[in-house]
Amino acid sequence: MRYEAPSSFEEASGLLAGETGVTRILAGGTDVLVQLRSGLVEPDLIVDIKRIPGAKDITRTDDGGWRIGAAVSGAEMGEHAELKAAWPGIVEAVELIGSTQVQGRCTMAGNLCNGSPAADSVPAMIAADAIAEVVGPSGTRDVYVEEIPLGPGRTRLEKGDVIAAIRLPARPERAGDAYLRFIPRTEMDIAVVSAGVSLCLDASGKVLDARIGLGAVGPTVVNAAAAADAIIGTTLDDAAIAAMIEAVATACSPIDDKRGTVKFRTKVAGVLAKRAALKAAERAKA
Amino acid sequence: MSQIHVTTKINGDETEFLCGPEETLLDVLRDHLGMTGTKEGCGTGDCGACSVTVDGRLVCSCLMLGAEAEGHEIGTIEGVAKGDELHPVQKKFLDHAALQCGICTPGFLVAAKALLDRTLEPTEEEVRYWLAGNLCRCTGYDKIVRAVMDTAAELRGA
Repeated sequence: MRYEAPSSFEEASGLLAGETGVTRILAGGTDVLVQLRSGLVEPDLIVDIKRIPGAKDITRTDDGGWRIGAAVSGAEMGEHAELKAAWPGIVEAVELIGSTQVQGRCTMAGNLCNGSPAADSVPAMIAADAIAEVVGPSGTRDVYVEEIPLGPGRTRLEKGDVIAAIRLPARPERAGDAYLRFIPRTEMDIAVVSAGVSLCLDASGKVLDARIGLGAVGPTVVNAAAAADAIIGTTLDDAAIAAMIEAVATACSPIDDKRGTVKFRTKVAGVLAKRAALKAAERAKA
Repeated sequence: MSQIHVTTKINGDETEFLCGPEETLLDVLRDHLGMTGTKEGCGTGDCGACSVTVDGRLVCSCLMLGAEAEGHEIGTIEGVAKGDELHPVQKKFLDHAALQCGICTPGFLVAAKALLDRTLEPTEEEVRYWLAGNLCRCTGYDKIVRAVMDTAAELRGA
């Protein structure tokens, strides 16, 4: 195995594209090191992106949004008061990943690239309509986060692609987001079901726009667009919430496993989406 | 296999080492540098026995390659006491009998010190969440949590 720590994302992409064997990108390493250790993968090349300038930076974009470098850790996001105020749902989702020790290293981009349908930050990112800045052999391109997951452990990123940063849009007035997950204990577990909701309200309290991401209810994290449509234009009244819960259930195609049954996951997805929507609306009004 | 030359600071001392690209920081500490205070439990980041700090931030040394330590400051259990003088949190672990077999203890001490370096007013809930990534199969945690709370009280002069 070779270890390389390039000084630019273009160089990182070139190294990955030029390697004929198995490659892994190393940011926080909280998934990659576990794969190495278990013998699940035996990479020929590891590309550490943490020495690339900007990879550890949280910055504002020109349009008022946010750019979070691919190697920014969960703990660093949690300590960033301004980011937390703008996107509390994103930050609370990232902070649910692993222990204090894991928070010291784990990254949002890594959580996305690991390809788990139960990844905590991904439903929140999909709800936020986040964009991944992907550097590949033919240059840099923007890809919506929701387009990246392909199946458990698989993404649509191609050989030589590396995520340089995640971008979050600027927040309009009266906007809020929230992320909730169900686990059978209080911490240190993988989501059995999860839901992220981002919305903004008009001056009268009606939902102007909304997006809902669902975790662990299908082979990838799901963008539940029909569920979001059910609350757009409403004041989140009981009828709107009931319609949203029905649309959430339709969007679910979970598996039965030791952590939860199809029936349980489908039911709880609706409950979590409801609670996350109400929490997001409360934040939007605050 | 080609070895990687790494320059780092461990517990305040400039340290250089050679490591294989696949070796973890935990492997380097224990097998190359003879610093066996840091323990290996699960090796997959679940138990926290291998906790160290990197630039003051708590991490599992089993989830980090030795090569990644280049240019960073590492803190291990060996740096918690000052010579023969135990750190207050170490004394409180003894006072409260917050250990039995001891394999998890270095990780708990490094993690507890990292918390106390950030705040001397943690709530019990904060202590329990902060230490959720450190597993102990002997004590049932209560004595550990009490030791950390008591250390915080002593350090803030309460």
